[in-house]
Amino acid sequence: MIELVSRERCIGCSICVKVCPTNVFDMEDGQLVIARQEDCQTCFMCEAYCPVDALYVAPYADRSVEVSEQALLHQGWLGSWRAEMGWTPGSETTMAARDTTPFFEQFTKTHRPKES
Amino acid sequence: MAPKADIQLTTDVLVLGGGPAGAWAAWRAASKGARVVLADKGFLGSSGATAPGGTTLLVIPPVVELREDAVQSRLKAGGYLSENAWIHRVLDEVETYLEKVGEWGYPFPKDHNGNPLRTHLHGPEYMKLMRRAVRQAGVRLLDQSPALELLRDANGVGGARGVNRLTGQEWEVRSNAVVLATGGCAFLSNGLGCNVLTGEGLLMAAETGAELSGMEFSRQYAPSSAFGSVTRGRMLAWSTLYDQEGRVIGRGDRAFGSLQQHLLNGPVYASINLADTEEKRRFLRHAHPIFFMPLERAGIDPFRDKFPLTLRYEGTMRGTGGLRLTGNDCRTSVPGLYAAGDAASREKVTGAISGGGAYNASWAICSGNWAGEGAAEYALSQAGDTGKRNLMPAGRYGLVQHSDAGRLMDVPQIISAVQSEVFPLSINFFRSEPVIRASLDRLHGLVPFLHDSVSDDHRHRVRAREAAGMVATARWMYSAALARKESRGLHALAEYPRLDPRQTHRILVSGVDRIHIRAEKVPHSSELTPEEGMVL
Ligand code: SF4
Ligand code: SF4
Repeated sequence: MIELVSRERCIGCSICVKVCPTNVFDMEDGQLVIARQEDCQTCFMCEAYCPVDALYVAPYADRSVEVSEQALLHQGWLGSWRAEMGWTPGSETTMAARDTTPFFEQFTKTHRPKES
Repeated sequence: MAPKADIQLTTDVLVLGGGPAGAWAAWRAASKGARVVLADKGFLGSSGATAPGGTTLLVIPPVVELREDAVQSRLKAGGYLSENAWIHRVLDEVETYLEKVGEWGYPFPKDHNGNPLRTHLHGPEYMKLMRRAVRQAGVRLLDQSPALELLRDANGVGGARGVNRLTGQEWEVRSNAVVLATGGCAFLSNGLGCNVLTGEGLLMAAETGAELSGMEFSRQYAPSSAFGSVTRGRMLAWSTLYDQEGRVIGRGDRAFGSLQQHLLNGPVYASINLADTEEKRRFLRHAHPIFFMPLERAGIDPFRDKFPLTLRYEGTMRGTGGLRLTGNDCRTSVPGLYAAGDAASREKVTGAISGGGAYNASWAICSGNWAGEGAAEYALSQAGDTGKRNLMPAGRYGLVQHSDAGRLMDVPQIISAVQSEVFPLSINFFRSEPVIRASLDRLHGLVPFLHDSVSDDHRHRVRAREAAGMVATARWMYSAALARKESRGLHALAEYPRLDPRQTHRILVSGVDRIHIRAEKVPHSSELTPEEGMVL
């Protein structure tokens, strides 16, 4: 679920409000708020679209957890999904370009350990 | 007459739903010269089951034998309910549309001869490109604008009404044709990207008289980590599965018993430890980053640690049923109403089994194109102005804003009541007649509550309509399940563990208050030999 809006980073652009498929965010007096956390479907799209990496979606779909912005920064999770997708400006390649799925079946056939 | 909406638009084609099927339908209709409006509950680009993850495509090289093989094996696997001609259509056309996606900038990987491999699309990238293509085609987008009901007159469907979730404004779009691409119904089971799929699109269509087909093929659950949203069964091919005591209960594609059965007995854990070299781990990581990232965020090393699994119910999304199509142009049984993607029944290409993965993705693209073109031709051929039609809102359930009784609809209660009927493996997966019948009776008991009043808050209105969509969908599913007294493909009843060759037909349902059921012939039923009936 969505757990964090970094007050320091958020520039109030409203992109996440528009992008979130389940309408979790509201803009209140120019400030972004997580208005309906229980409606979050843990899809990580808001993180991918936020231009300043101000959002963090925790991996837990059915419950809310405590997070600390300091710890997330330290662990490198803020903005990590956008970076991995190659959507951060200056990215050299994209997740789509690195995609190995078209080779998955063949790779599995060739490289999966045989039953002993 | 309904009150005037804040936003009033007139167009040729209205597309409801902004996943792949809706995006392609809008693009195609606009390319045919129609004026098009697309309204999505969320945002074309992030909405739906495809956007957050990725989608594998059904693409088979244009070699006659290969395609014949694929079509025949699907016919057999799907219990002879698919239609060869439709699978050929998909195979013939999907490649052309994927070439377009390449032209629009999608970085398809290449094989060693330098030919692009168009068999998988990364969701966010794909849908970002689709958004751009749709806009460039001149489509007007209404984001965050869930439709609540269709408009109709004696000539058929003529548009829809809804609200903007951000502003609370009411919108009304009048159009001579509507494409329903609202997806399947996954009952808010928290599967990746699936909580927008709540069945109100199917309900809207049914309220105008549309029929549905294949709703009994809805026993599909997808494995995900017990805490997470990401439903990707594929990685289990590289996993060892353990029970609570650490005993191995599966390895690779070999499972000792079904995951469903194991989960009824107790927790199940997976570790992707068949990837035993750095190279293999890197390969898998790049195939499905969305599978790994949440596990890593939870502090789990999925290649070495054991993580708990669950099954998330996928409803009609990875099931098969949806609106019945009555023509090659994806028209439904109601004039002016077209259906595409998971909102339509996919039986024509998948038969009785799940279209999950490849079939559904290619189906979304092709059916979107066919519905878009069909709707555009129909709309442009209609003489006269939609503005002059005597269109009335057709919605009836979960929409009452001022009921005399004054009882307020308890929406969360209704939603959890539906979920407790469709989520449990013990009801919906291990189906038996008495259990399904009792569940269906309880679901029928929810219908009167759909006439309770709904507060003016626009978000409550949307939720109420979603609840009504889920109640209707669950009732169609179980009504159809009881009508198919056999086991075939995704449907099974304990009392009838075998396929019955005499039931090689489709089951159609329609209506909301009273559900009507009838059988429909399929073209290949006679090809099922009695011997095959024994083994299937
Ligand atoms: S994770 Fe998805 S559902 Fe949750 S807030 Fe972000 S965009 Fe919305
Ligand atoms: S997208 Fe990012 S910067 Fe913009 S409002 Fe949302 S959190 Fe703030």
